[in-house]
Amino acid sequence: MTSTEVTSDSTLNAMRPRGSEAGFDHRSGPRALRNELARIVMWTAFAIAMVPLVWIMWSVVTKGGTMLLDSNWWTHSQRGITNRVVGGGAVHAIQGTIIEALVTALMAVPVGVMTAIYLVEYGRGRLARAVSFTVDILTGIPSIVAALFIYAVWVTVFGFQRVAFAVCLALVMLMIPVVVRSTEEMLKLVPNDLREAAYALGVPKWKTIVRVVLPTAFSGIITGVLLGLARVMGETAPLLILGPYTKNIATDLFGGLMPTLPTMINQDRTEVLQPAVDRVWGAAATLILLILVLNIAGRLVSRLGAPKT
Amino acid sequence: MPGSTGVSAVVELPDPEGHGPFMEDRATTGRGQLGDRLFGGTARGAGLLVIALVTLIAVFLLSQALPALAQDKVNFLTSTQWNVDGTPLQFGIANLLWVTVLSSTIAMVIAVPLGVSVALFITQYAPAWLSRPAASLVDLLAAVPSIVYGLWGLQVLGTHMDGVQSLLQHLFGWFPLFKNTGVGAASTILTVAVVLSIMVLPIVTALSREVFAQTPTSHTDAALALGATRWEMIRTAVLPFGKPGVVSASMLGLGRALGETIAVMIILSTLADGSPWSWSMFNGGETFASKIANNAAEFDSPKKAGAFMAAGLVLFLLTFVVNAMARVVIERRKAFVE
Repeated sequence: MTSTEVTSDSTLNAMRPRGSEAGFDHRSGPRALRNELARIVMWTAFAIAMVPLVWIMWSVVTKGGTMLLDSNWWTHSQRGITNRVVGGGAVHAIQGTIIEALVTALMAVPVGVMTAIYLVEYGRGRLARAVSFTVDILTGIPSIVAALFIYAVWVTVFGFQRVAFAVCLALVMLMIPVVVRSTEEMLKLVPNDLREAAYALGVPKWKTIVRVVLPTAFSGIITGVLLGLARVMGETAPLLILGPYTKNIATDLFGGLMPTLPTMINQDRTEVLQPAVDRVWGAAATLILLILVLNIAGRLVSRLGAPKT
Repeated sequence: MPGSTGVSAVVELPDPEGHGPFMEDRATTGRGQLGDRLFGGTARGAGLLVIALVTLIAVFLLSQALPALAQDKVNFLTSTQWNVDGTPLQFGIANLLWVTVLSSTIAMVIAVPLGVSVALFITQYAPAWLSRPAASLVDLLAAVPSIVYGLWGLQVLGTHMDGVQSLLQHLFGWFPLFKNTGVGAASTILTVAVVLSIMVLPIVTALSREVFAQTPTSHTDAALALGATRWEMIRTAVLPFGKPGVVSASMLGLGRALGETIAVMIILSTLADGSPWSWSMFNGGETFASKIANNAAEFDSPKKAGAFMAAGLVLFLLTFVVNAMARVVIERRKAFVE
């Protein structure tokens, strides 16, 4: 073998694209090995990340899934049912969770959307930066701290009872940042051309926002609201501090106890009697189902109705 | 890849200030002016309300914690006692702080490398058809409520922790961090940390994924053109570009881990008063959040509640600092990119 042959051979090798790697794959051993190792590590990491997801879903479905198939589960409360007895349902808790989430949304959505409008359409300078910074801080506030704050205001200062409405107030603080951030992103996506066209027609700024900008970003705002609802429905800490559980159906926001799915789980989580254990996992499955539906709905809305730029 | 997520598009868009003259040029009709002032004022008011909320949290917690702190007979920061029933109040947060920090740190040690690898997998390695579903699947982990994590961690994962614990103790048992304390393997700080790491994994992954996807193609192409393998390209182009994002994502995850309440409360076994101090990750104990939640029913006197408010205040400050740092890091990156 002559030296020229070797050169041409390696040149050919180098020029031939191989495998999925778009490029030159004629590399020395250790480098190729490291590359291969990295690829294996990344695939393994993804596989590892999937383990808890599958495992949790599997646990919840096998332990609590059958409860959801019983029609009583969706129509009856736990009134008069003890831990030794099979039966009853979760309608009281489902109802409580939904009521609290909706009341929370009623307060959090206007504040969140208006804050986002301020940040995108009006905000300039230091105040806007301060608002944006506090929204970030609010995003990171532990739910237990929000609950303590409401406790300090509602119970210690005003001397009120622990009621469902106080829970809603704590949840509002957790929902506002979710709504602000998603609305803000959507408002930024609305093309400036639309705003300019409206201004050129002499439409006042506020009317431009209400009639042009908000409708364009509408689906994104809905997505934010749905994701925010999903977040507050799964929160437990404020309920522990502000919203004691009851087995009965309750709809009065200011009249004491209101049961929810998380507190229903919390109530019996240390029980060993099988009927109670089944109900705990049944409530967990119901809660996950509710949150999943909201999440999927949120994603669908955002995918179908993203602003056309 | 850049531009495939909505967020990267947002970064590229001009600032709201870019509206230019229209910000000043109010419409001239009287009706418009009034409407503008009302609407703009309301929007501004909402922003101010958010600032007020965060300020009020600090003010209220502080005002309720101070009387209790004034009557505290032991050092609040270094004492391990928690006696709020007796007349001389004696409470300190040394235990709570250690358990909170240890569990969150272990959680981050697990979650950050894993989350970054998963983010790299999604943006660099996954075939096109798998990339989006993979991202959604990891996001699903964030949709599981924390009480379900707690239930699962104690009753399902916990039953498998025996082997892990005895293996670690066999290997490193001489080191205080791994000492056996006799707490059941399902209810140790380590089990909590594993569950916390799963809970923060979607947070770390989501933000890392976003910044990795924004790596300029010119950087990656240049690396590949110079003959870099894919891994070398990631090391020299993607990771340096995404580093601030990863740091910031880790901070946000840490903030979440520090403040997690119900999952910790369910899993971690509380210790009797006066238990000996231990550095071990196989110990029980309470974090700030779980301490407050465990005693929620006992907030009967303002003095007693004040002690817990003080613990809540420390937790608030911890998460405030961590989140503010995340924000600063990402802001500096933004300035750098633009």
